[in-house]
Amino acid sequence: MLRKDLLDIHSLTTEDIHALLDQATPFKEIFTRSVKKVPALKGKSVLMLFYEPSTRTHSSFEVAAKRLSADVTNFDVPSSSITKGESVRETIETLQAMRTDYIIVRHGRSGLPAAIAKMTNACVINAGDGAHAHPTQALLDAFTLREIHPDLTGKKILIIGDILHSRVARSTTEIFLRLGAEVAWLAPGSLLPGYPPAGVTCFTDYETAMRWNPCALYLLRVQMERQDVQYFPSLREYHRVYGVTEERLKRIADAGIHIMHPGPVNRGVELCDAVMDYPLSLINQQVENGIAVRMSVLYSLKPES
Amino acid sequence: MSTPLNAEDIAQAIESLAASIRERHPDEALTIIGIRSRGDEVAERLCTLLATDDRELNFGTLDISLYRDDFEHLRENPKLQGSDIDCPIDGALVILVDDVLFTGRTIRAALDALSDYGRPSKVELAVLIDRGHREMPIQADFVGISLATERLDHVVVSLEGTDGEDKVLVTPRA
Repeated sequence: MLRKDLLDIHSLTTEDIHALLDQATPFKEIFTRSVKKVPALKGKSVLMLFYEPSTRTHSSFEVAAKRLSADVTNFDVPSSSITKGESVRETIETLQAMRTDYIIVRHGRSGLPAAIAKMTNACVINAGDGAHAHPTQALLDAFTLREIHPDLTGKKILIIGDILHSRVARSTTEIFLRLGAEVAWLAPGSLLPGYPPAGVTCFTDYETAMRWNPCALYLLRVQMERQDVQYFPSLREYHRVYGVTEERLKRIADAGIHIMHPGPVNRGVELCDAVMDYPLSLINQQVENGIAVRMSVLYSLKPES
Repeated sequence: MSTPLNAEDIAQAIESLAASIRERHPDEALTIIGIRSRGDEVAERLCTLLATDDRELNFGTLDISLYRDDFEHLRENPKLQGSDIDCPIDGALVILVDDVLFTGRTIRAALDALSDYGRPSKVELAVLIDRGHREMPIQADFVGISLATERLDHVVVSLEGTDGEDKVLVTPRA
């Protein structure tokens, strides 16, 4: 594959998706060696431009870049001049002058990484923009489930939670569909988009959704910061109606269903405490695989010279 | 285009490599590491020949793509195949195996890659073909066949397990 940027799953060919996923396996192998680092991006600079807070995605990209021997610079938003009213364009011009090779962007506005990609010769990787896309999350989700089911054709994945505001739901749904899997959404009516993509079944009732026979449940994080607008009555009620409760976990275990979550988990909301010890939980694998997948992405993109 | 080497030549070359390795190391434990791709197949065949000896024999494969020195000049980064080394490298006597020794840059990369798995007690190099034109101070300890070539010739090695047939083609520059 030959491209400068990774902005969303949509712009990747299915061949690209397979290539990125296949290539993550040899990167994962590096983690077991005595030296967990390769010189592939030695002398390259990676800039982390995060306009929205993130601990997991940020540190996952940082570890990935460092394991490829790149130099990582953090352009922290509160401590930089972004808060002094510097525009995104001025920031990018500054970064261009620093001869940055890769820019990893997270921003609350959909489409901003794409706009930045046009302004610079550097590779731009979207680390989450508004409710639009989070392509590396989608890749790590697909990679993780593929480790369990090497062929995802016809596999059923049920995504539960705030679909409406979720870039994770958007990108992860798309990648699973592209890999031949079936996807359904389960959410309160207030959190379901009016127009789901073709092929996606929507449920509002947990029991009905479970009769669809999913092989994996993908719980989205309830975004506490959005609780000023009441999409559902209370967190306790959400857990009871849409969460994996202890009673439901027993039935999930009996059916051999895997559980995924992009993190960080709100315990007692999306998932009960017992899920943390659930043997078919893939949440920790998602974190580890996130590094391998992001290494695969960094390695595959080529800056314009 | 000429076919300087056929299946029989290749089989003989690998046998002579095994004989030379045996002569220098009659009973020591050996770790044979083949460089992907095709070096791994030569290494595998060497292992088969050395397996009858009374010694400890380990086998692994090494993908040097991430250690190349020419990323800047490639339009697209090479596709990774992955390394597979399950045996300990610390303190091991390693025989590094490749199909063709040319500029020496692959071996430079392989030595870097190998050292990230551990610190071998010694590393020796065995190659099926030495075609000359080194760009680095690297020489093989064991050579199957020395082939006189021009700097710009293409030497294409096909091996049964990888390509379905054992042969070596030399194509001069057009």
